[in-house]
Amino acid sequence: MNNSGIKKNLFSKGVDEFFISVSKAYKFTALFFKEAFIRPFHLREIFNQCFEIGIKALPLITLTGFVVGIVFTKQSRPSLEEFGATSWLPSLMGIAIVRALGALVTALICAGKVGSGIGAELGSMNVTEQIDAMEVSAINPFKYLVVTRVAATTITIPVLALYCSFLGLYGSYVNVHAQEAMSLATFCQNAFSSITFLDIFSSLFKSIVYGFTIGIVGCYMGYNATQGTRGVGKAANQAVVLSIFLIFIEEIVIVQVTNWIRYF
Amino acid sequence: MENTELHTIIKDESVISINGLYKSFGDVQVLDGIDFTLLKGENFAILGKSGSGKSVLIKIIVGLLKPDKGEVIVLGQQVDKLNRTELDALRIRVGFSFQSSALYDSMNVYQNLAFPLIMNYRDLSKKEVSKAVEEVLESVGLIDKLYQMPSDLSGGQRKRVGIARMLILKPEIMLFDEPTAGLDPITSSEIIELINEVRKQNNASSLIITHDLTCAKNTGDRIAMLFEGKFLKPGTFEEVFDIDNEHIKGFYNYNFIR
Repeated sequence: MNNSGIKKNLFSKGVDEFFISVSKAYKFTALFFKEAFIRPFHLREIFNQCFEIGIKALPLITLTGFVVGIVFTKQSRPSLEEFGATSWLPSLMGIAIVRALGALVTALICAGKVGSGIGAELGSMNVTEQIDAMEVSAINPFKYLVVTRVAATTITIPVLALYCSFLGLYGSYVNVHAQEAMSLATFCQNAFSSITFLDIFSSLFKSIVYGFTIGIVGCYMGYNATQGTRGVGKAANQAVVLSIFLIFIEEIVIVQVTNWIRYF
Repeated sequence: MENTELHTIIKDESVISINGLYKSFGDVQVLDGIDFTLLKGENFAILGKSGSGKSVLIKIIVGLLKPDKGEVIVLGQQVDKLNRTELDALRIRVGFSFQSSALYDSMNVYQNLAFPLIMNYRDLSKKEVSKAVEEVLESVGLIDKLYQMPSDLSGGQRKRVGIARMLILKPEIMLFDEPTAGLDPITSSEIIELINEVRKQNNASSLIITHDLTCAKNTGDRIAMLFEGKFLKPGTFEEVFDIDNEHIKGFYNYNFIR
């Protein structure tokens, strides 16, 4: 602050605000790890949230997973046909769905459906003083609202990703079966023959990271919402945009690391 | 009686003691050196226009906001020096009724009242929780609304449920933030009656923040007016409105004309 009492920026207003937000987000995440391992654990609330998230996202994931399987198989067929390699379709789809699509499609759907829901819910609780009401009732709102929701997304999204992958493979099988009358057993044998433990592990790890990202970003945006109802909408919107942005960055980093391990 | 002796007695009997409290937001000085004591069993009403810092003051008392400078001692403990566990233990003893009621909108009335109880007393049985909820809801006259959602209640009913939620933890100090704001005169007088009733039943001290003269007059043993971050001479209703101060007169005339 200078002599006239006006706050001076370290760099520019925008850059300063960016670093302040990064610092706030870091503190928020650090607080999560601190609170997550201290009693009470609110297991019932975590279970409720898992159920809520599962129910919310299940119909869309069912539809999308199945359609992605069919469409990807349909689009890949002409290219493989040129080389007379349509018998590789199950392997190709197995690799594509298990390594990338299952986790990514689930994360993007959940960022839109679950992340925005968490942002809006906590944002609304914040602007209507419900979070303050918990504080003054000697209830730790961070633990009850944030830790439970982040834990729930981190647990549920990998399960949903697994479900999405199976549906994607089933969609692929439906298309292959319609064209070539391949049995389910043969399809599965071909699809899983090219999938390694590293593929499954990296896919599971990715979806855990995505789940955590969606939960923590949604909670952070909602918990820090201001400006009344306008702020609630903004929190929900920013929760989706920032989660998707972070999910893509995480995808690139994890794929790079996995490939490095694979070819080491 | 010597002044120091009187001071010691007051300090011993005080449940809230605030010394030299300052709080600003950006360049706006909201509280500018507040000194104030709430005695055991006393009902203190703080008057002031919107934005005068009344709500900021009680949020500092319960530790929702941190003061820039000054000492806030509640039930013998300096609020801004407490850790999370100590602050939670203190908050159980200090009830807070919000201006907006702040009911949890995803829970019905029963769940709203049971929630603080279950979270703070985990060994209570379902039967004990139900009994406590019913008792407290009965005391605010809303036993028939047990399973209604907050969105189905009127403004006055929401205030009552908010007060009931505060009472369920049996606080020693009750803080009311604008208890009659946004209510019609009849409902306002019902809420004032309820405040006086529950205070007697619970034998608690209370701090009422309001811009409503009728509410301040009928609930406060002592009244103080908050103006530009400072208290104008506290006293009884008659004492406060007897002095020749244009802000106090202006406030009185506004409420009277209204």
